[in-house]
Amino acid sequence: MASDTLARHGIAVGGLSVIIAIVLIFFYLLYVVVPLFRPAELEPVASYDLPAAQAGATLHLAMEEQNEVGARFTDAGHVIFFDTHDGQVIDEVRMALPLDTRVTSIASAAPHQATVALGLSNGHAIVVKHVYRVTFPGDRRLITPGLEYPMGGAPVPVDPEGKSLSALALQVGEEATTLVGLTADRRMVLSAYQREESFLDDSVSFTRATSQVPFEGAVATHLALDDDQRTLYVGADDGHVSYFDVSEPGAPALAQRFDVAGDSRISALRLLAGGISLVIGTEDGGLSQWFPVRGESGEQVVKRIREFDSLPGEVRRIAPEQIRKAFLAADASGNLSIYHATAHRTVLATRLADTALAGLTVSPRANAMLTEDAAGKLHFTRIHNEHPEVSWSSLWGKVWYESYEEPEYIWQSSSASNIFEPKFSLIPISFGTLKAAFYAMVIAVPLAILGAMFTAHFMSPHMRSVVKPSIEIMEALPTVILGFLAGLWLAPVLESNLPGIFAMLLLLPPGVLLAAWVWQRLPPAIRLAVPEGWEGALLIPAVLLIGYLSMAASPTLELWFFGGDMRVWLSTELGVDFDQRNSIVVGLAMGFAVIPTIFSITEDAIFAVPKHLVNGSLALGATPWQTMIRVVLLTASPGIFSAVMIGLGRAVGETMIVLMATGNTPVMDFSIFQGMRTLSANIAVEMPESEVDSTHYRVLFLAGLVLFAFTFAVNTVAELVRQRLRRRYSTL
Amino acid sequence: MMTIRDWFKSGSPWIWLTASAVSASLIMVFGILGLVAVRGMVFFWPSDIQEIAYQEQDGSQVRLIGEIWETERVSAVILREGGNELPDGNDFVERHLLKTGNRDLYGSDFRLILEPYVRERNTPESLMAVERREWGNLYGYLLAVKENGRVVASGENAFAELEKRLERVLDLHDQSKRIEKKEIGEINYGLERLRLRERRLELDGKLTPERSKALARDRATLGADYAALQTRLSDLYQQSGRDSFTATVQDGREVEVPLSKVVRVTLPNAMSVFGKSLRYMAAVWEFVSDEPREANTEGGVFPAIFGTVLMVMIMAVLVTPLGVVAAVYLREYARQGPVTRTIRIAVNNLAGVPSIVYGVFGLGFFVYFLGGSIDQLFYPEALPAPTFGSPGIMWSSLTLALLTLPVVIVATEEGLSRIPRSVREGSLALGATKFETLWRTELPMSSPAIMTGLILAVARAAGEVAPLMLVGVVKLAPSMPLDLNYPFLHLERKFMHLGFHIYDVGFQSPNVEAARPLVYATALLLVVVIVALNLVAIAIRNNLRERYRALEN
Repeated sequence: MASDTLARHGIAVGGLSVIIAIVLIFFYLLYVVVPLFRPAELEPVASYDLPAAQAGATLHLAMEEQNEVGARFTDAGHVIFFDTHDGQVIDEVRMALPLDTRVTSIASAAPHQATVALGLSNGHAIVVKHVYRVTFPGDRRLITPGLEYPMGGAPVPVDPEGKSLSALALQVGEEATTLVGLTADRRMVLSAYQREESFLDDSVSFTRATSQVPFEGAVATHLALDDDQRTLYVGADDGHVSYFDVSEPGAPALAQRFDVAGDSRISALRLLAGGISLVIGTEDGGLSQWFPVRGESGEQVVKRIREFDSLPGEVRRIAPEQIRKAFLAADASGNLSIYHATAHRTVLATRLADTALAGLTVSPRANAMLTEDAAGKLHFTRIHNEHPEVSWSSLWGKVWYESYEEPEYIWQSSSASNIFEPKFSLIPISFGTLKAAFYAMVIAVPLAILGAMFTAHFMSPHMRSVVKPSIEIMEALPTVILGFLAGLWLAPVLESNLPGIFAMLLLLPPGVLLAAWVWQRLPPAIRLAVPEGWEGALLIPAVLLIGYLSMAASPTLELWFFGGDMRVWLSTELGVDFDQRNSIVVGLAMGFAVIPTIFSITEDAIFAVPKHLVNGSLALGATPWQTMIRVVLLTASPGIFSAVMIGLGRAVGETMIVLMATGNTPVMDFSIFQGMRTLSANIAVEMPESEVDSTHYRVLFLAGLVLFAFTFAVNTVAELVRQRLRRRYSTL
Repeated sequence: MMTIRDWFKSGSPWIWLTASAVSASLIMVFGILGLVAVRGMVFFWPSDIQEIAYQEQDGSQVRLIGEIWETERVSAVILREGGNELPDGNDFVERHLLKTGNRDLYGSDFRLILEPYVRERNTPESLMAVERREWGNLYGYLLAVKENGRVVASGENAFAELEKRLERVLDLHDQSKRIEKKEIGEINYGLERLRLRERRLELDGKLTPERSKALARDRATLGADYAALQTRLSDLYQQSGRDSFTATVQDGREVEVPLSKVVRVTLPNAMSVFGKSLRYMAAVWEFVSDEPREANTEGGVFPAIFGTVLMVMIMAVLVTPLGVVAAVYLREYARQGPVTRTIRIAVNNLAGVPSIVYGVFGLGFFVYFLGGSIDQLFYPEALPAPTFGSPGIMWSSLTLALLTLPVVIVATEEGLSRIPRSVREGSLALGATKFETLWRTELPMSSPAIMTGLILAVARAAGEVAPLMLVGVVKLAPSMPLDLNYPFLHLERKFMHLGFHIYDVGFQSPNVEAARPLVYATALLLVVVIVALNLVAIAIRNNLRERYRALEN
């Protein structure tokens, strides 16, 4: 008896744990996906008084990659390096300012350059890079900060006339460094330094090109230079931004002037990582993103791309992240929000203080920030914001990506470039999934249902006992083999016999009818030698013959109708692109994979139709075909529906066939001559190379979850319908 | 006489149409099986080598030597568009794909030739095919056999000499291979274990000077063994580098090939049908028992067969108890009601969930979550290199066990449901407990059904590739998951798989054209295994049905 109870419990535990395992799949997928949609969180770590407060007011704050060392650039020309966790000064460096000069302005290059220029009252500027050397004495990480002067230690002239620089823009590169300054007498001067290395020794010299930027009409307030030093944006107090082409440093040209603020005024203007997008904040708290788009005649036109949720007060500071297209924005009343441009998402909106921040910087890895409040205290805060790139609209909506002419659906998850805008639209791959499934169903549904009708109702039992197992074997064929045949055998055959394939599809039904008619007219001696119910076997030679004839005629047809090459004909006459691995190939191969599923369930449903219904119908004088259509099919239709649904579920989730038989390009085109990329193939291709817990990884899990949910829903509907059908039969 | 109109009215044309769907499906099934079978089997047949006098487009005549790989009829229009000049008059031209081999000399294995420009075709008996370890096949005429650069045989008896010497070199190669793979492999494995043991002791703070001295001693022993093996190995290399042969290839160039780079030499044109049949058998055996060469495009598929079988066996061990217990629970122990109905729907649906989703789950949950935790707990010495925290055979088996669970559950449930009530009630009436009834009568009686489920599960698992690509399969595994090094079964290792081999060689290999026959052969192997398993399952099922029918009556 004890063993009996034990067994009872053991089996219950075992059985339930299996069921739990099943549920676990769903919840684990969900568990991985959910962090994508979580808002960002701030975690205050430390607050302390301004390090070396006597060295002047903060002009610029920065942090190194590990978030251990912070840097403060002051208006007295000091750089203070401090421990971000307690504010202890690590090093204080005084820059060598010429006598009688003051720091009048500051500009920073693209965030990853870690380079700053200080504009001086004598029209010169000092370009300085903060660098952090990492060593491991005694297995402990030690970060030693320092300064480098890429343009040499002495200030370099920006304004040849030597007027004080009230605003400055800087961009540095391998070969060139460009500085744009606004002088006290309201001239805008551009100085481009070309770096030249001597062939003889390692000495470096710079050649300077200076010009005046033709900016007129208003007072410039904000300057920004793009990473390539080809574009200059100037924000002015009339709410307009001027867009200059400075690719020729000697001759800057105004390309466009556009209104950004309307009734309000520009209060902040920064370029996002990559230097393409411009984020503009206004006095009424508005934030908008702009970038140049190719216009109708090929010229670049800056357009308003999107607006972000407004801040309550005047936008004071915008701090772009270094790698992602995200940025922090702070307003005059102490509010702080984190946005992601591509995802058009407000990841966080919070209130930090009652007054405006005096300084704001986000760390290179975007996982911490340094803020300075009005009272002169520094706050070091961790940011938990792993996946700002994903939002409902970036997954399922059209998104206007940088350098694209209009909003589009694009899947492009990675690239070689560091400052790449990931494009996570699931639409193209979902579309590809449905397209592949659609073509597979077009092939499979008629063949499977018609075949099942014949097998269940008209076929002789003897032949049925051969046909059913054959089709079941078909179901067991590994899809990798079907995919391989589709990709390496069918695709080339199809490509070179395209007219033959179409001829075969067109000729098969009439050809079969003709063969049947001829058989009907044969002398009874022959006709009656084959018992009824063997039509399926009789037709095999006929179908083979039609197939053979169409394939053999293919080159001739191609010569007659398509000038010898149907592919060329398609592209020249119809303007249709032809991929070798296209939807026809996928449709045929996946159709083949789906036929047995649909066939076998449909066949069961039709076979299970009670015999007295059939007999009754026949007794009332209906022909066998009328009985089939009006009685049997109608009764079995829920079963057939569930068969089609289950087949659809299989087609949607099939991986290997689409992986091998399509080009795997995520295009949105319904053409049967083009390939596609499906959710499942996308997972198979990209999952092995995605970094664990990255956004890409989680988005791929989301794709898996979508597949899971879709097939689960479809199958549940099918199963419920089937169960109802079963109950109905039992009452009949 | 029946008119067409009457005929259509009778509805029988439509019945014929439905019949044609069955015919088309059957043609597709058997067509595909036939295609794979023919293409897969032809591969091993030693085909004749042709010597072709061919006129190039510029009018010059060249000699080409190779096997005709494929022939197709191409429309002249397409060829002319491609820049070929063709004699007027014919709309279609036969185009051959000629495998000329000698990739080291010509850069590719194949070239296309057009039938109208073939001036002459011969199959001289002295044409030789050489299978090499690198650069694919070589076709040409044997000139001489050399030892240390000195000619030892040429002319008539050169081939016999070549075969004799090749045998010796192959023997040497086997020896060096054994040393490299097995003995040096063992030493490396031993060294790695020593390193891990030391790290473990260090982590636990138990690395006393005595212990590290002992470790150093062990290491020194292994190092000495290693050095000895190295000398033996270089000695073997030296010996096998002694012989070489020279041959003229199609453009008249003379090439010298060291025998250490040769796998086999044959004179296919001189072989009788019987000789070719023997060669065919040998080639088939080699295919299933050898390791792959040249980035998997040549040689055998033994590691893939081994990996597939082992993975499937581990899976079977995992899935059978789980599936049977779940089925027994659902049918015998759980109260039948909406809950069990829901569970049944869920189990049925699980069979419809795309396999790639299982792969995703397996990667996230088994590999990174479970595997990562196991590494933290039991293998801290190897970190940050993962042990179980990276894809491997264990996780593959587990993932596929989950995937095939519904198959086993459904089959077992069906088996249990077919047992007549009388049997069950009879057992209970005789005083057996529920568990005894289950254990002594029900399970044995449903064992064929369980068997069927298991076979179907195995067949499904053997053909499934998509999830494996995420949880453990690799194109080339450096070591097998089962070997002679303690603990013999290495569940954390990656493995090779027949299905993935097809995908990888057919689509990812640098030389797809040359590898294609091998892919067909692999596909044939897989199809044979799976069709056989399914036929067995079907046979068992039918047999079972008969038996129960007999019981009921």
